[in-house]
Amino acid sequence: MTSSSGATAVSFQNVSRHYGAVKAVDDVNFDIRDGEFFAMLGPSGSGKTTCLRLIAGFEQPTAGHVVVHGVNMNGVPPYDRDVNTVFQDYALFPHMTVLDNVAYGLMIRKVPVAQRRQQAEEMLEMVALGGFGGRKPSQLSGGQRQRVALARALVNHPKVLLLDEPLGALDLKLREQMQVELKAIQRRVGITFVYVTHDQGEALSMSDRVAVFNQGKIEQLASPIELYEKPATTFVAGFVGISNLLEGAAARAATGAEQACSIRPEKIHLERSDAAIPADAMTARGRVSSILYLGANTRYEVALEGGGELTVTLQNREAHAEPAEGETVQLWWEARHLMRFAQ
Amino acid sequence: MRSKASPVSDRSKGQAGWGLKSAAWFGVLYLNLPILFIILYGFTTDDASYSFPPPGLTTQWFAVTWARADFWEALWLSVQVAFASMLIAMVLGTFAAAAMYRFKFFGKEAVTLLILLPIALPGIVTGISLRSAFSLGDVPFSYFTIVLGHATFCIVVVYNNAIARLRRSSPALIEASMDLGADTFQTFRHVILPNLATALLAGGMLAFALSFDEIIVTTFTAGQQETLPIWMFGELSRPRQRPVTNVAAIFVMIITFVPILAAYYLTRDTDDVAGSGK
Repeated sequence: MTSSSGATAVSFQNVSRHYGAVKAVDDVNFDIRDGEFFAMLGPSGSGKTTCLRLIAGFEQPTAGHVVVHGVNMNGVPPYDRDVNTVFQDYALFPHMTVLDNVAYGLMIRKVPVAQRRQQAEEMLEMVALGGFGGRKPSQLSGGQRQRVALARALVNHPKVLLLDEPLGALDLKLREQMQVELKAIQRRVGITFVYVTHDQGEALSMSDRVAVFNQGKIEQLASPIELYEKPATTFVAGFVGISNLLEGAAARAATGAEQACSIRPEKIHLERSDAAIPADAMTARGRVSSILYLGANTRYEVALEGGGELTVTLQNREAHAEPAEGETVQLWWEARHLMRFAQ
Repeated sequence: MRSKASPVSDRSKGQAGWGLKSAAWFGVLYLNLPILFIILYGFTTDDASYSFPPPGLTTQWFAVTWARADFWEALWLSVQVAFASMLIAMVLGTFAAAAMYRFKFFGKEAVTLLILLPIALPGIVTGISLRSAFSLGDVPFSYFTIVLGHATFCIVVVYNNAIARLRRSSPALIEASMDLGADTFQTFRHVILPNLATALLAGGMLAFALSFDEIIVTTFTAGQQETLPIWMFGELSRPRQRPVTNVAAIFVMIITFVPILAAYYLTRDTDDVAGSGK
């Protein structure tokens, strides 16, 4: 549970947050390391945002302790915490200029005017918005507002930066660009980033570690690679990336046992004859029920002879004779790629 | 005629038929022509009755009004009352709106209704109830009782403006301010109040205008004092110098019209800003 290298930035110790009968966060334990890019991933209502608000101080735990850099934060109001938040809808102050927005935290801390102007301008430069200081937030695009929100939080040099689905409102192209930038900024400033998202792609591409939330609990906390290659539960296997989840009869047809298991579509080989299959591979036969051409790869749905269905993704390295719909094909995969789950 | 017209093509051009147009003009004239008559009779030479057409036109009534001390007293009292009611309404209305926006508590809907009630109730009910309350408490009728009476319904206008603005602004703004280190008071001063400013100004001006021409509640809560509307009402029943009332009415129109117009422009501009921001 605890990290082997470096200090702990945030520690959740048996933390619960209940709203009446609803257990938004239910007895959660985990540590966030100092300086890491930490993602909290999960569907809506899984407790990830509540955990973020518990760190920020907008919520107080029903039970347990939230510890930030060794200090128990129970009862400490948001304005006495050394953490800052980038809000989902940016929450820029509409009546202030961009520069005044960024300098707000410094103004509250009574930093002299000249100094806070300079610091705010430097921070705007860093998020590539130099020269925008005189504008009002309403005169900026969504992506620009997002950067202002980031600058406004970072200018205070918080110990932990909290980001609540900050890219949710942006279009796809901009979102991908901002993912790269956010990662680069985090590397440069070295501040712990705690990033809440429901987008598994975002979590995998940016984070050092990801906590997958489901129904107020953490299903798995691991690096993106581990999360994808070795999901601990069926929920994680289904939520992170595309998975063939096999249970009951379908599992028996594919693996010979009824234990729930899953396999990634890109790990499965598809052959039109039995010739090339290694002796130690796991195999299944089925009929191609649908073909989805996606450009870089093609996705096949194969109905297994023993029941159940497998999705197979093949990379389109070269245009070759592909199986047609309705054709019977042989599937095989290496046993180590099959992920088995305890019930 | 109507059946012959082609409503589809008319509507597609965005033009109303002549029937609708004339009805609209009739409505506009019906509402506004009497006001023009009030202005016209401010210049008439007939000092006892309002005969039409006026036998002659003169500006002497402005001089007569100007010279009347009781007119100035009434006007000054009305301005003072309206100003005081406006200030009370702005302070209490803002706090009421902030509380209603920020907190959830048992009976909140009932309290909201109680705040809105004075403007929904007929003035005569407010007036009678205030009068009996004041006499029950042995409060002498004075300038202060008038102000108290006016403040009851002036609060509503400020409250409505303030709560509408609060509801339109993102609740995350308050959290953002706290997150950046500002305590409750600093958040109120640097974020909530500036966001409310134009709404409060607009509400205050409407409150001023409401108070300035109020007569029913004033009748019940005033002692010997005469506000301008009460003074005018008294003037009407006197046979001489009738046009003085009209001159006073022109004053009232100017004094109430300017703040209402200003309030309109203030809120209109900020609505544009809020709209483009989302």
